[in-house]
Amino acid sequence: MAYSEKVIDHYQNPKNVGTLDKSKSNVGTGLVGAPECGDVMRLQIEVDETTGVIKDAKFKTFGCGSAIASSSLATEWLKGKSIDEAVTIDNMTIVEELNLPPVKIHCSVLAEDAIKAAINDYRKKNGLEELKFDESIVH
Amino acid sequence: MLQFPIYLDHNATTPCDPRVVEAMIPYFTSNFGNAASRNHPFGWQAEEAVDYAREQVAKLIGADPKEIIFTSGATEGDNLAIKGVFEMYASKGNHIISCNIEHKAVLDTCKHIEKEGGEVTYLKVKPNGLIDLAELEAAIKPNTILIALMYANNEIGTVMPMKEISAIAKKHGVLVFSDATQAVGKIPVDVNKDGIDLMAFTAHKMYGPKGVGALYVRRKNPRVKVTAQIDGGGHERGMRSGTLNVPGIVGFGKACEICRNEMEEETKRVVKLRDKLEKALLQIEESYLNGDKEYRLPHVTNISFKYVEGEGLMMGFNKNIAVSSGSACTSASLEPSYVLKALGLGDDLAHSSLRFGLGRFTTEEQIDYTIEQVTNTVNKLREMSPLWEMYKEGIDLNTIEWAHH
Repeated sequence: MAYSEKVIDHYQNPKNVGTLDKSKSNVGTGLVGAPECGDVMRLQIEVDETTGVIKDAKFKTFGCGSAIASSSLATEWLKGKSIDEAVTIDNMTIVEELNLPPVKIHCSVLAEDAIKAAINDYRKKNGLEELKFDESIVH
Repeated sequence: MLQFPIYLDHNATTPCDPRVVEAMIPYFTSNFGNAASRNHPFGWQAEEAVDYAREQVAKLIGADPKEIIFTSGATEGDNLAIKGVFEMYASKGNHIISCNIEHKAVLDTCKHIEKEGGEVTYLKVKPNGLIDLAELEAAIKPNTILIALMYANNEIGTVMPMKEISAIAKKHGVLVFSDATQAVGKIPVDVNKDGIDLMAFTAHKMYGPKGVGALYVRRKNPRVKVTAQIDGGGHERGMRSGTLNVPGIVGFGKACEICRNEMEEETKRVVKLRDKLEKALLQIEESYLNGDKEYRLPHVTNISFKYVEGEGLMMGFNKNIAVSSGSACTSASLEPSYVLKALGLGDDLAHSSLRFGLGRFTTEEQIDYTIEQVTNTVNKLREMSPLWEMYKEGIDLNTIEWAHH
């Protein structure tokens, strides 16, 4: 199976690899997946407390090239969005942007889950009600 | 000058040796006859070529040419041996003993046997990939007709103790079948010394063409028979009908001859390269060898690089280096290698494994390049692995509640 150019580019030049200080109240962390499943994604957001805008996003991913690319792309899309906008990022837009084949759709689902988990972690830390999401269909 | 891509997946298939191709070419054009045409020179020529190849193949495994049944490959050989014995010896019993790291061609054939009313015991392998001989003996019952165990494993390269296995089988009057696809041509295999009654192997794993293989069927002590699975013109002593693939068989014969003549030298050279590769890669922190270090094929090594995922790892260099991984992401099933899991490896280590299969044309320069590329990619991916970060912080990954999906 050949990878799309965009997946290869994100794999070779991943954007925003790193770690944010999770003890800070304006940092939300989402850790999703499991080592046994071959994919673990950690996605972090740092939110500007006055504007509610995500000013920084970092990821680290254990997984295949498509998982790495999905999380790298997610961090790019998160930056500059408000946390309310960020929550609307849909896995299928990741699939389209990266031209993921059907067998790799779960990578995009994981990225969407990681975004939601990071946002909820931020909301919880800041006394906001956690958002409820429908169970992802593709796992 | 290094030429790309580098091929290190010789357990999947091998390139044809140019000498093999040269031997085959006339049998596509001028010597195109059907080996079953008894009444003209075209047929005689083809039959003669097949007979010669049969001798070359038999010689490599210490068999008599009459004991070689040509097939389309090892999968067919596995099917013919297991189903053929099951049907032929139905009056003696219906129990077969195999093991859980066999190739799918054997495992799925055994499943078929179970559907047909047979009984199959799948022995579990030890963490080094070898079976426990005491367990094998204990599994034999009055209705056991066949022990089907692979000579060498395709993923980890471990070599089963065939002599000991066949000694136990003999003691209880049970036939031994071995899928020797990975072993023949790579290590000395002798059906008499090893006590094997039926053995499947294929040309394309030993620098011959694809689409041709053989099933060895013992004719003496004891005389073994299998029920044909393909009916027709009664070729191959009635055990495998179908017009013989003459060019393929000629190539297979030549490939066997080359292996027999050059195995010793080739093994010395390949082992040196494999050991160099393995030693360097095991120096990477948290990397582990899968399988047995002693009882194994000379040209393969299977290593898990903890905290990086196999497919992601291959992507770092697969434009230039062809290897294979036990990671689920390489298959549609999302299940990691059942062979590695059978060794007791956690799914995480199974997902992190790479198989390097060296071959006749592998050079030291290629190995040096591979060491450099794999090491760099492992390091790069660990820098972006959350698991590596946790490991470095001293967090026990087993204490984390993962969201399984």
